[in-house]
Amino acid sequence: MRTLIFRTVAPYLASLMILFSIFVLLRGHNEPGGGFIGGLIAASALAIYGIAFGVSPVRRAIRFHPMALSGFGLFLAAIAGILSFFSGVPFLTGLWIYPSIFGVDLALSTPMLFDIGVYFVVFGAITSTALALEERERD
Amino acid sequence: METAITILTGLFFATSIYLMLSRHIIRILLGVAILGNAVNLTIFTNGRITREAPPIIPDHAAVPEGVIANPLPQALVLTAIVISFSFFAFLLVLVFRSYQEIGTDDTDEMREAEPRDEPAPPLGY
Amino acid sequence: MAGKTDYHVDLAQALVLKAPAAADYLVVAPLVIGFLFGAICLMSRKNTDRQPYIAIAGLVLMLAADLGLFWHVWQNGTVVMTMGRWLPPFGITFAADMLGATFALTAGIVGLAGGVYALRDVGRTGRRYGFYPFLLLMMAGVTAAFLTGDIFNLYVWFEVLLISSFGLLILGSEREQLDGATKYAFLNLIATTLFLLAVAYLYGTFGTLNMADISRKAAKMRETGPLFTIAVLFLFAFGMKAAAFPVNFWLPASYHTPRIVVSALFAGLLTKVGVYALLRVFLMLFPVERDMLAGTIAIIAGATMVLGAMGALAQNDIRRMLGYLVISGIGMMLAGLALGSETGLTGAVFYAVHSMVVMTALYFLAGIVGRRMNGFSLATAGGLYSQAPWLAGIALVLLLSVSGLPPFSGLWAKVYLVKASLDVGAWWLAFSILLTGLLTTIAVGRTFAFSFWRERQADDGEGSEAPAGTSGFVTASLVALTALTVAAGLYPEPLIQVSDRIASELLAPAGYVDTVFPPQGPQQTEVQSQQ
Repeated sequence: MRTLIFRTVAPYLASLMILFSIFVLLRGHNEPGGGFIGGLIAASALAIYGIAFGVSPVRRAIRFHPMALSGFGLFLAAIAGILSFFSGVPFLTGLWIYPSIFGVDLALSTPMLFDIGVYFVVFGAITSTALALEERERD
Repeated sequence: METAITILTGLFFATSIYLMLSRHIIRILLGVAILGNAVNLTIFTNGRITREAPPIIPDHAAVPEGVIANPLPQALVLTAIVISFSFFAFLLVLVFRSYQEIGTDDTDEMREAEPRDEPAPPLGY
Repeated sequence: MAGKTDYHVDLAQALVLKAPAAADYLVVAPLVIGFLFGAICLMSRKNTDRQPYIAIAGLVLMLAADLGLFWHVWQNGTVVMTMGRWLPPFGITFAADMLGATFALTAGIVGLAGGVYALRDVGRTGRRYGFYPFLLLMMAGVTAAFLTGDIFNLYVWFEVLLISSFGLLILGSEREQLDGATKYAFLNLIATTLFLLAVAYLYGTFGTLNMADISRKAAKMRETGPLFTIAVLFLFAFGMKAAAFPVNFWLPASYHTPRIVVSALFAGLLTKVGVYALLRVFLMLFPVERDMLAGTIAIIAGATMVLGAMGALAQNDIRRMLGYLVISGIGMMLAGLALGSETGLTGAVFYAVHSMVVMTALYFLAGIVGRRMNGFSLATAGGLYSQAPWLAGIALVLLLSVSGLPPFSGLWAKVYLVKASLDVGAWWLAFSILLTGLLTTIAVGRTFAFSFWRERQADDGEGSEAPAGTSGFVTASLVALTALTVAAGLYPEPLIQVSDRIASELLAPAGYVDTVFPPQGPQQTEVQSQQ
């Protein structure tokens, strides 16, 4: 598997896929896409990187342990729910704000926060499974 | 349409049960994965099947125009797929690890937790 | 995003427009706290010294929320909150009635005790493998399963607690654990998949997944829908989760393999979720089908309890013996479900609460005993009385409590169950309850005699004399749970009142349904216009 071609292409491919996964994540609010599929794409990007260069470069590249990323996602999702308590609406109600940044109206919402949380949960969980499997194959 | 999918679901169930009856853990795993798909198809069929009418409300209306596909089974199936996918990934790692450690994938030989020669409790002081 | 609204939409038809009372948030508070603190624990996984305190703080807050919820429900009746501002049945409903609140509270107590016990029992490596995050997520899953009012959501929580229990089960990845975990994982996953299958047919029949909605529509569907088939599927799936007789073999194969605190929590919580689901589904959704199945459930219950106790008699390993006692206790609760009378259900609920506390405490005890004896085998046990007389006292209390002897909490539940069986003339069920009590007494009495009264066995490596003294955390959690069973045994009145109220609520689900769907609401008129 570790041919020269693959090793040359893998970093570009992985970074493209990460970029694409963020695109899919943000697109997901009104069109097909979303946190789950985005997270899967990002995890497969790391899996490709891992196949090309081994597991430890991947671990170094993402800095945090994948399960910690999962935890971060869970935290974001929980926060997205808790915000509803302070606005006096039932749990997990979608809340919206429209801040204007550089003259562009940006729609930010708790569903989006929740979706980003899902992205990180899936990304972390699948990456840690994939890395565990790849690690085993080596030894 | 329902009939065809029902027959397909039956085939899925048959395949999964056949695989799960095997003693080899990897076949059981495949059986469980197919069982999950069979159940997903069941949910989907139970939600009544409508073709080529996505459940999308057009911009100018407040309610859908005409008959649309039932979106709820799709949401349920999606949730179930996500869950069964993550379980499949987990079980794959688990099976692989236990195959490495125990050295067999035959469930009859997997007696680490319940050894064959476990002594009977003492019958007196 | 709300687009241009040039048409009129009556939001009151689908949305809750007034703000919920602050107390209503108590329904979701336990699981939110569980997830939040679980997430924080996951993020600080490297910091194994700080993690336990975060987790304990989370468990204390969860218990506080459970307590608040219990009190609120006791005072004001069922509390309902529907997610995302939708009206039921459009949104996912969380509804805490007395049954859910009581089970959640007991789970909170047991979970906190487990967390405290684990401060010493689970070392640095266990923490690094994620003991505390998994514990909190499992607690969140268990509590949410008790509180949700939506059957598909119940399935999701089953999976949440299942996947965190996998994580706990393979903590450390020893050979034995991997073997036990494989069997546990496969059989439980098949059980939840069958549960999902039953949900599929339920949805196909009713077109709704809200339990209160199904409950009020069940009467009309009875002639046309395959409700009996669905009920049997539910019985099979939940029976497997609860470890009821012919589908219980995963439990003794796996419950003795993980760390003792994990076994304790599993024994206290997981099978009880199955029992809870059986009570909820059969009494609220399918009361008629329950009457039709009562004979079958009674036979299952009798077989489960007697065979569980006999299995306990045949075990040499203390942990495996306890595993069989868990099964035997499930039989007791199923007996209450089979009887279906108010007395029987009171007994079943009382027994469930008792069993959650006592089985957890027994595994804690086994952990201490095993550490002092360097193993769990009865053949080499002995000499503990001279080592730790106080431990012998606690052990005697717990062992008598699990076999249902006075004056501890197991007694009262069995009194109710025997009385209920005799009321309907099911003498054989009463006989099996008493026989189970006798067999359990023999099994636990033998354990006590061998490990405490017998002299220390010679072949027990003398070199490892003076094992590490029992730490304060471990003792504290054991003593706290033991105190609860003593208190419930000596002064059972409050718990009987609670169980009695749960039983009467379960037998008249209209109260629950009316809280979810208030009779004079906009949604009611909408439903009527549909019909």
